[in-house]
Amino acid sequence: MNYLDLLKLAAPEVVVVVTALVVLALGLMAQRGTGICSAVAAAGLLFAAAAVLMLPQHATLFGGMLVITPLTSLFKIICLALAFFTVILARGESTPRNRGEYFALLLLATIGLMLLVGSEELLMIFIGLELTGLSLYVMAGFDKSDPRSAEAGLKYFLFGSTASAFTLFGLSFVYGVCGTTGLVAIGQKITGGPISPLLAAGIVMTLIGFAFKIAAAPFHLWAPDTYQGAPIPSAAFIASGSKVASFVVLGKIVLVGFGPAHGSAAWHGLIAGWSPVLAALAALSIVIGNLVALAQSNVRRLLAYSAVAHAGYTLLGLVAGGREGFGATLFYTTVYAFTLVGAFGVVALVRREIGGDDLSHFSALRSRSPLLAGCMAIFMLSLAGLPPLAGFFGKFYLFSAAMRAGENHGLLWLVALALLGSFVSLYYYLAVLKAIFSEPGTDNQNSEPSSSIKLDFLQELSLTLLAAGIVLLGLWPMALVARIAASLP
Amino acid sequence: MIAWTIYLTFAGALLLLCLPRPVARWIALATALAGFGTSLMAFFTALDVGTFATIIRVPWVPPLGMEYHLAADGISLTLALVTGLTAVSAVLFSWDVDHRPNEFFFWLLLVIGGSYGVFLSADLFLLFVFYELVIVPKYFLIAIWGSTNKEYGAMKLTLYSFLGGTLVFLTIVAAYVTAGSLDLHQLSQYKFPLQFQAWAFPVMFLGFAVLAGIWPLHTWAPTGHVAAPTAGSMLLAGIVMKLGAYSALRVAMNLFPDGFLMWSKWIALLGVIGIVYAAAVALRQRDLKFVIGYSSVSHMGFVLLGLATANVLGIGGAVLQMFSHGVIAALLFAVAGRMIYRRTHTRDLNDLSRMRLTHALPFAAFSFVIASAASMGIPGFSGFAAEITILLGTWKAYPLAVLITGAGMVLGAAFTLRALKKTFFSDAASLSEGTPSVTSDERLVPITFPEKLGACLLIFATLVIGLYPKLLLDRILPAVEAMKFLK
Repeated sequence: MNYLDLLKLAAPEVVVVVTALVVLALGLMAQRGTGICSAVAAAGLLFAAAAVLMLPQHATLFGGMLVITPLTSLFKIICLALAFFTVILARGESTPRNRGEYFALLLLATIGLMLLVGSEELLMIFIGLELTGLSLYVMAGFDKSDPRSAEAGLKYFLFGSTASAFTLFGLSFVYGVCGTTGLVAIGQKITGGPISPLLAAGIVMTLIGFAFKIAAAPFHLWAPDTYQGAPIPSAAFIASGSKVASFVVLGKIVLVGFGPAHGSAAWHGLIAGWSPVLAALAALSIVIGNLVALAQSNVRRLLAYSAVAHAGYTLLGLVAGGREGFGATLFYTTVYAFTLVGAFGVVALVRREIGGDDLSHFSALRSRSPLLAGCMAIFMLSLAGLPPLAGFFGKFYLFSAAMRAGENHGLLWLVALALLGSFVSLYYYLAVLKAIFSEPGTDNQNSEPSSSIKLDFLQELSLTLLAAGIVLLGLWPMALVARIAASLP
Repeated sequence: MIAWTIYLTFAGALLLLCLPRPVARWIALATALAGFGTSLMAFFTALDVGTFATIIRVPWVPPLGMEYHLAADGISLTLALVTGLTAVSAVLFSWDVDHRPNEFFFWLLLVIGGSYGVFLSADLFLLFVFYELVIVPKYFLIAIWGSTNKEYGAMKLTLYSFLGGTLVFLTIVAAYVTAGSLDLHQLSQYKFPLQFQAWAFPVMFLGFAVLAGIWPLHTWAPTGHVAAPTAGSMLLAGIVMKLGAYSALRVAMNLFPDGFLMWSKWIALLGVIGIVYAAAVALRQRDLKFVIGYSSVSHMGFVLLGLATANVLGIGGAVLQMFSHGVIAALLFAVAGRMIYRRTHTRDLNDLSRMRLTHALPFAAFSFVIASAASMGIPGFSGFAAEITILLGTWKAYPLAVLITGAGMVLGAAFTLRALKKTFFSDAASLSEGTPSVTSDERLVPITFPEKLGACLLIFATLVIGLYPKLLLDRILPAVEAMKFLK
């Protein structure tokens, strides 16, 4: 193994690192904040995606520290795509200073995601978590003129670092029990029998860290404030990219690493292991997320609580375990991430043009911009899980995987709870649409009668692409399902 | 061929989004007519109406066993026909919608296309996709173009539909996981364990029956009907309520025959309660549309009762009633919503009784008399043919239910006559002297040509089926006989 090989296999990450440095330098030189930073960042991400495509099918370096499989390649591309849309979103934001730094941080966070996705070794995973986390903390607090942004950054940082501490502590227990940090090796060390208390503590603490990352209740408390206060592109990236990568890693850790300590979350057959823990997290998230979201009047906060609920649904696939469950989780979280980037894109434009992101600011959006209204309708209805949109298929995939898992429909209780949750969720998604499609002038306090919103071409294109993607993935889910299925071992 | 109803309708809907306002209603009419023509042709040319024959079958998501699989038998064809019929008249009765017409007709056509899809799906997942597709357009139709209390009505209706959908979703997932297939034919061959059927059937049936207005989950129907624009109420009562009843028959009863036999008497009970209760409530309403809304619930009770009999006559009658009620309810709502309310701006029976509408709107009176007669079950109209068939079937299964239903029918006649009398034939002379607020007849716009056309179409349909029910029964009964849960 020489360094040239390493460089070849890590080519996508290298491209992103170089881009980050270039963007940083450009930002320093061109203080006036031209569009060059975003253009370079976007180009770098595209190059990195191309580099991912040129990687070999399978490779393992340093006992799993860097792994290349079809799965990692697929999700590296997805993370890059999410970062790409975030860059486009951030382009339109009016942060006057330090443009370059913002994009550089975004790229660094993206590297963290790629490391997370592409590693099967606990230390490397932790480094990826930290790299992502630290970049995102700064991105959340980036808008220095806005106290809400500072609050978002601080809250995210405090919660995040505590969760990281838990994870690291848990990982050290796991290492202590198994004597190795490679996931595959850990999976061989853990036997199917009763779990030792030390290992149980390790597993639970590791899961806590990830529960924070994916904003599962009761570790979700940072999410509403961060989603609402952080600059919108940061919030979008926290909600999408960070979440996708976390689910990929969490899935790998529990299914590959802790596989034999699966346990069972079936109604009458509870067996200790990680799946009851995840099931409890899922149930709590679904109930809390959906119920609290009902009471929100700010769209970003509403999206945050709905994110909690969606984390709960997505966990169902991991609770079910196995190839099908993991595949369903991956499909759902991917669709969710793209939907949310789109939704945040609409929110960002509304905030910029109308000056806020409360439900009242969305009223009569339809008459101002049919395109934004149509896209938002697609995103909301996909989140609610209505056909023929991708979210609906994703739910079916998840719930059928979960139903299949337990013997004798053991997970029926969880599926029923999730369905009940998604029933409740329709109300608040419809509340957003109700505002959007209402008549102009009736309850609109900032009464500029239907001045239409002008979008620039790139934003229009990216939102249309995302919305069309959601519709097409709903009509033809095979496009993604087949790829995920083929990439799972 | 019948599959083209779906494609044409959705194509028309998409076309509406791209074309300018003035042509919107013409596109909508052309689309609805094309769908109606296709379903009519398929109805008369179908050879083998006894089997649920595949029309098209393409793999969709092979790893999960989903297929794009359409099929049709006599029941599907009958219901596709009533969908086309109601669609055409609904478009005719929305001829003067000038508030965002493209959007209006877009949502309208989505409801219609989704309904065709439900009636023709032979894959459980596909059926459910179409079934849920109908929910959101209904919300927008009511919330944007509706009248009284529209946002409340729209949200209530949507949440009830979605609740039903949720229950159905749960059982679909469970059935799929148990049997390992989503194909309706394979699923109906699969022998589900008795214990499974015992819980899955009631959950699924109830989920579908929410949309069919089963008591006590019927309350969305009157509110929704009242709040909806005329075309919306016509589609709701005419088609959407049938989606629930049809799916309950096609899916719940066919998949879980043992569960069905276990629970059928409870369905019959709920059906009978629905008939009597809704009729009694309708008798006390002051709003004309509420009267019709509750009458819909009452008449859909007959469908549920017919389904619960588990014999050929009862179920055949239930399907006939779905057709018949689709036509009659559409006509009633058209008269109440478009011909009367749009002109008088009131639906209060006491106010209407002072207006001497018979003189002002003779055609409305004529249509309403016919619709009421059909709704009461006067021989010669489709309502009679359907309800008598159901009662004959019920007599074999639950003789007691027939007696109670008889009382319900009397109540039904009572509330219909009351509405008819108050609206058109009140003793105007005695009242008008005391009240100076008699509307001058000139103020009311005469009934327009599209309205007359739409009404004549529906009247014609109810008369034809009333006089010659064999036309439908010949196609319905073989399909019913092919179902395996029959006693």
